[in-house]
Amino acid sequence: MSTTDTREDVATPPGTADPLLRISDLAVDYRVKHRGWSPAVRGVDLTVEPGELVSLVGESGSGKTTLIHGALGLLPTNALVRRGTIAFSGVDVTGWNDKRMSLVRGNYVGYIPQDPNTSLNPVKRIGQQVIEAVRFNEPRADRTGRRAAAHRAAALESLQTAGLTNVERVFDQYPHELSGGMKQRALIAIALAGQPRIIVADEPTSALDVTVQRRILDHLVRLREDLGLGILLVTHNLDVALDRSDRILVMQEGLIVEEGPVRTVLEHAKSPYTRRLLAAAPGRRGRLEPTSGRRAAPDETPERPTPNVLEARGLSKTYRLRGPGRHGLAALDGVDLDLREGTTHAIVGESGAGKSTLASILVGFTTADQGIVRLGGRDLTTVDRRQLREIRRDLQFVFQNPFTSLDPRFTVSRLIAEPLKAFGLVTDPARRTERVVELLAAVALDASYLERLPSQLSGGQRQRVAIARALALQPRILVLDEAVSALDVSVQAQILQLLVDLQAAYGLSYLFVTHDLGVVRLIADHVTVMKDGVVVESGSVDRVLTAPAHDYTRELLAAIPGSDPTPTSSRHDQRRTG
Amino acid sequence: MTIELHRHLPVETLPVEILPADPVRMPLSSRSPVSGAAGSDPSGDTGSARRRAVTDRLSDIARQPLLPASVIIVAVVIGWALVPQLFTSYGPYDGDPASSFLPPSAEHWFGTDRLGRDLFSRTVYGARTTLMATLLAVVIAFVIGTVVGLLAGFAGGFADTAIMRVVDVFLAIPSLLLAMVVVSVLGYSTQNIALAVGISSFAAFARVMRSEVLVVISSDYVKAAYGLGVRRPAVVLRHVVPNSLNSVLALAALEVGTAVLAVASLGFLGYGAPPPEPEWGLLVAEGRDFVAVHPWISIMPGVALALVVIATHRISASLRKDRRR
Repeated sequence: MSTTDTREDVATPPGTADPLLRISDLAVDYRVKHRGWSPAVRGVDLTVEPGELVSLVGESGSGKTTLIHGALGLLPTNALVRRGTIAFSGVDVTGWNDKRMSLVRGNYVGYIPQDPNTSLNPVKRIGQQVIEAVRFNEPRADRTGRRAAAHRAAALESLQTAGLTNVERVFDQYPHELSGGMKQRALIAIALAGQPRIIVADEPTSALDVTVQRRILDHLVRLREDLGLGILLVTHNLDVALDRSDRILVMQEGLIVEEGPVRTVLEHAKSPYTRRLLAAAPGRRGRLEPTSGRRAAPDETPERPTPNVLEARGLSKTYRLRGPGRHGLAALDGVDLDLREGTTHAIVGESGAGKSTLASILVGFTTADQGIVRLGGRDLTTVDRRQLREIRRDLQFVFQNPFTSLDPRFTVSRLIAEPLKAFGLVTDPARRTERVVELLAAVALDASYLERLPSQLSGGQRQRVAIARALALQPRILVLDEAVSALDVSVQAQILQLLVDLQAAYGLSYLFVTHDLGVVRLIADHVTVMKDGVVVESGSVDRVLTAPAHDYTRELLAAIPGSDPTPTSSRHDQRRTG
Repeated sequence: MTIELHRHLPVETLPVEILPADPVRMPLSSRSPVSGAAGSDPSGDTGSARRRAVTDRLSDIARQPLLPASVIIVAVVIGWALVPQLFTSYGPYDGDPASSFLPPSAEHWFGTDRLGRDLFSRTVYGARTTLMATLLAVVIAFVIGTVVGLLAGFAGGFADTAIMRVVDVFLAIPSLLLAMVVVSVLGYSTQNIALAVGISSFAAFARVMRSEVLVVISSDYVKAAYGLGVRRPAVVLRHVVPNSLNSVLALAALEVGTAVLAVASLGFLGYGAPPPEPEWGLLVAEGRDFVAVHPWISIMPGVALALVVIATHRISASLRKDRRR
């Protein structure tokens, strides 16, 4: 250990000193009630050198969070480290108890948690929370001498380093007064407060909008360069990893299946799983084509445009806010929309853009203050509840989260049969089951799923069931509200392909609400970009994505991970040679 | 900009002094608790897996030692209520003046009362009256509370406010007092006690039901059902009610204990079955005059009552804990 004085060797090329973090052959099991142990991490090696950004990529359930919790000694009590060692700069911390690990955490390794909206204490001011981190992590020798003023100065400095401007004000604010991006910066400040040498960030941006995500990631990269930190970035988004990191590790079912520098992984991926992930990443593909062949949608010409199946004119909606001195919040302000028959129209925007409000007005869940929605000659905004129910046969909705949109007590067959029963379409039980099996087949599930409960299905399977249910009434229009956002990329790709195939088979029209421009490129024909309740830009996908007319569209496009043609490689080379 | 934040801590400031002193550090695997039994395979061979399953169950029981005892107590008392003649050879009304005021013995487990009736036998036969009244009370409270809570939660707006303020009034009045008023109005009998206890405790059910209904009707799957064209009554019956009932059922288990106590209290005060009915509250009351000299007449039925209340609470608590998991 005496050889590892790394005070001056930040610039030392890797290999001569111990890495900041070395995990060797780590295996972690979770206790499964009455059924013994189930492995989550099955022997993983990982190193992070000073000044290096290493990404750990994997889908949900791959064990990436368990791995880093194991490295930080944050595993829950039902987890067991079966074997392996963890060393920080050569100091073996394997098996240290919580009290001793707490001397490493904060001081030596800073941790940035996943969701900024739940990771700050809502009843404490930001400043206090940073000061807490400063105080607990100062070296023991200093602990007596320092005064409150010094703590405050250190906390302010830390907030500044985390990229916040106007730190004096943020210092005295509560978490609910900050935006998501600012909260994430406050968390970065807390992680930096102990002056760590390595930062472990667990999905630091997955809860944030793309443009905010881009700024936060840019800042992390800058911190690495300015402070010589090692960064271990855990993410499910392969494009984020490819854009930013020096090295990538791909994790699947508790094992590292791919490891190497970005360019190598990108160009010569060894593992089939990595290749599948690369293929599924929406950032690097063109329009999806139906597996059956050509699209059913008629090619439109300027002279003879396809007729609209759904159109909205001048939709406005204002939410009244409670509390003194507050006025209405304009969620929508004069929005027009055309959905052409047999095509997909995407609505894109960041959180708060009003796109979900728009979708729920279009299907009649919410009423608009002003404006009309026309579906096949009828004005949806004026019909009563009975007429709306009839219209629903043509207009179906798929929710964002398949974990909440299916009644947990219903079996798959009951779920899909429900609309059939509600409209009395198929009364004979045997025929109804037949129809349910047909619908399941349409979404590539077989009859063995009939008696399962939603809790026995994966996220992708649930969303397939939700789509099958929406198709049961043979609607002409499907409104999909962030229908693939809660799913892993590879599952997302399958569902998108399924949607494209169904469109070709049944001539459906889709209204696709999403925050992800990458997805838009895959399936949409037309796109409407929204910001703060107003349509910023609207037009064909080809036109809007290649020649955006509005600055905001350009900003969104630039923020898509993987959009930069020569991402890390050039930066990487400069750093290595310079 | 250059940032002077980082005066890096040398590695030596890591708490090396608390590293174990022994030079040969044991590898982690040999210290893991199960590796001795299961080797490196986490699932283990079948023998040790079965052993571990048994150990798990035993440790569960060790963590909740009162649970099996509670289940046994409740089962025995239900047995008393269903087939009392299996548990005692004495009749509940058969007095023997020669053997009055006998203390508990092998012959008379709970002793005898003023008229020489066997107290154990009277407690066993009394279980039926008391438990029937309790069950009826809980069912009444459950049904009224669920319906009221469902209406309030589903209607919303002014109706919700109006209904819940009435419920608040019921919550504000001490339930025993309310039950006494209701029995006084309806007349003294065990059925009326049950009705009174039910009415006086429905408010808690209504509150829980309303809050559950509010959660469920704002859920995506209820919205989805409307979107699929399912009519309102069907949505309520198929989605809202079944998904709201979980917490209310757990509350019902808890209320059983409270209701036993309320029924017995009213019996003790003389609002229930007239003597010589062997109702538990009445049994305790009958020993009141002799507490100084023959305390077992009140104590033995009282202990039975207390055990049932504690046991049902224990079971209900473990039910709620299971649901949380």
